[in-house]
Amino acid sequence: MSAAVSPIREPLINGSKTYHQITEDILAPTERAPSPPWVVGFIIAVTFLALYVFCLGWTIFYGIGSWDLNRTINWGWDITNFVWWVGIGHAGTLISAILLLFRQKWRTGVNRAAEAMTIFAVVCAGQFPLIHMGRIWMAFFIFPYPNTRGPLWVNFNSPLLWDVFAISTYLTVSLLFWYTGLVPDFATVRDRAKGIRKKIYSLLSFGWTGSAKHWQRWEALSLVLAGLATPLVLSVHTIVSFDFATSVIPGWHTTIFPPYFVAGAIFSGFAMVLTLMLVARKLFKLEDYITLAHIESMNKVILVTGTIVGVAYLTELFVAWYSGYLPEQWAFYNRVFGPYYWSYIGMMSCNVLSPQIFWSRKMRRNIVVTFVLSIFINIGMWFERFVIIATTLARDYLPSSWSYYSPTWVEIGLFAGTIGLFFTLFLIFARVAPVIAVAEVKSILKSAGDQYTGPNAKHDHKHGGIEVRKESDTTGVISGN
Amino acid sequence: MANTSNKEILYGVYDDEEDLLGAVKQANKDHLDIWDVFTPFPVHGLDPELGLAESRLHIAGFVYGAIGTLTAFLFMTWVFTRDWPMIFGGKPYWSVPAFIPITFEVTVLFASIGMVVSFYIVNAQGPGIQPPVLDDRITDDKFVIAFDADNSSQEQKDGWNSFFKNTGASEVITKVLPA
Repeated sequence: MSAAVSPIREPLINGSKTYHQITEDILAPTERAPSPPWVVGFIIAVTFLALYVFCLGWTIFYGIGSWDLNRTINWGWDITNFVWWVGIGHAGTLISAILLLFRQKWRTGVNRAAEAMTIFAVVCAGQFPLIHMGRIWMAFFIFPYPNTRGPLWVNFNSPLLWDVFAISTYLTVSLLFWYTGLVPDFATVRDRAKGIRKKIYSLLSFGWTGSAKHWQRWEALSLVLAGLATPLVLSVHTIVSFDFATSVIPGWHTTIFPPYFVAGAIFSGFAMVLTLMLVARKLFKLEDYITLAHIESMNKVILVTGTIVGVAYLTELFVAWYSGYLPEQWAFYNRVFGPYYWSYIGMMSCNVLSPQIFWSRKMRRNIVVTFVLSIFINIGMWFERFVIIATTLARDYLPSSWSYYSPTWVEIGLFAGTIGLFFTLFLIFARVAPVIAVAEVKSILKSAGDQYTGPNAKHDHKHGGIEVRKESDTTGVISGN
Repeated sequence: MANTSNKEILYGVYDDEEDLLGAVKQANKDHLDIWDVFTPFPVHGLDPELGLAESRLHIAGFVYGAIGTLTAFLFMTWVFTRDWPMIFGGKPYWSVPAFIPITFEVTVLFASIGMVVSFYIVNAQGPGIQPPVLDDRITDDKFVIAFDADNSSQEQKDGWNSFFKNTGASEVITKVLPA
């Protein structure tokens, strides 16, 4: 890294922090008794988790007949939830991998929590295809293992199997990437802890010492993992979109699906990151590390991806009309004006219209507006998947088969329950691990701390001011005195 | 007999990475043999000064990835052309484009797992491994240059002490690490 930092670039760490202060601030939530808001949040999350376990048990015991799926609409809330959660799971790797390759320093404030969110979202997503199989105890059939039935292999030409490989690879690689980043920070916790906590964090920190050679390898590993994760994250939602695009259902069989799904995934992922981080920065007093500059950057990504998604919606309509193919035209007419018109309105207003207020800088930097909008987008993106899945199936080729679908309480419980699962995991994570990458934030302090850059920079500081703005400037260092 | 079970380390503590970088340069000029350098975060520009060769992890990653590519592609080829040929949608048995997504995923999977495992093996790190910690503040805010003081003469130690003093170390500590 040798990018010089412009003096007009906004600082990413406020409060003139020292290295020690950064450690104190970020580790504080892991070292004190849980705060009342955390406890309340955790109780609510675990309640929903219990609901999930109950509905899961109900589904497995009575079968998926307890859902309202029928022969016409055989994918409903289950696959909608799956695609929604996978989409949310895209922001973490995008922030940590793609923004690492692009040398975006603001990622250091949010990458840790975003990666955690990614992993938990993929865990939630993975539940749905598994239960949807009906006989979940047969789920291992999806893996190509030697068996006594021939051996009979899985169909490697099927997008559903590609999905199995994509999601499980994504989960594994995200976990490895996340944990590798966590190891030095666990060592920081270890070296401050006493008693049983020291033992636990010794185990978790893998014996990290901070040796220069280890840091060198750690950086090499992070960079290559980022290089691998970048095409991976794009491939995952591409393959999810293949589940639809390779079928011959009008409304699904379109070539625009992969880029459209990936943009939508980044869009919804960033919305969920904002929802979580706006709460976390308040709850854990991390406003100096997740600054308005971070929020504004994420809102810009939301504006761009939301607009791409909007263009995709309109392109779909145009291409349906332009194709001159009646079933295709009908599918899209039905999507907008059919029995599920309300979900189309929800999708359009939440995903395309509402983010447009982020053209205003004032709105991008308004925390309340950002929070409300992030919730809107989460809802809108759920509607998008519902629109694609349910409306398309509800009106198929044979009018005699047309149907309508609304979820049973079991399906609603499963969806609400995975939100409980997600927040339970996230709240536990926020208590036991530093929610911000401590070492990485320290490494940008000299180039992005407010005492070194921005309007409050102290130019008379010993190492501060103009002289040290170059990150890898090794020529101008002060060699003792 | 030399002490084989314990290791004596003499180290200097710096408060800032720029002081550390300057000190490492000075150590090179003075031909001092640094045992190791410890920092709370990766300090850029340190590796060439310490004479650390570039990590070869990425080469290992490429090899693991190539193994993944071959494993996935050849396995699917074998299944669909030799072991159990089947026609899907009127396509040829050996339908290469349909194999691409899984080949890609397995490549990434092998490269990632292989590299991470290699990383911990070459670092001699892993769950349950806990080498003695030189100084608790290294993972917080201190930068450390350490010399191996085993079997060192008083003259050498004096040299290191004056080196630390001249390069702005805030503390100089001698510590015996259990093996």
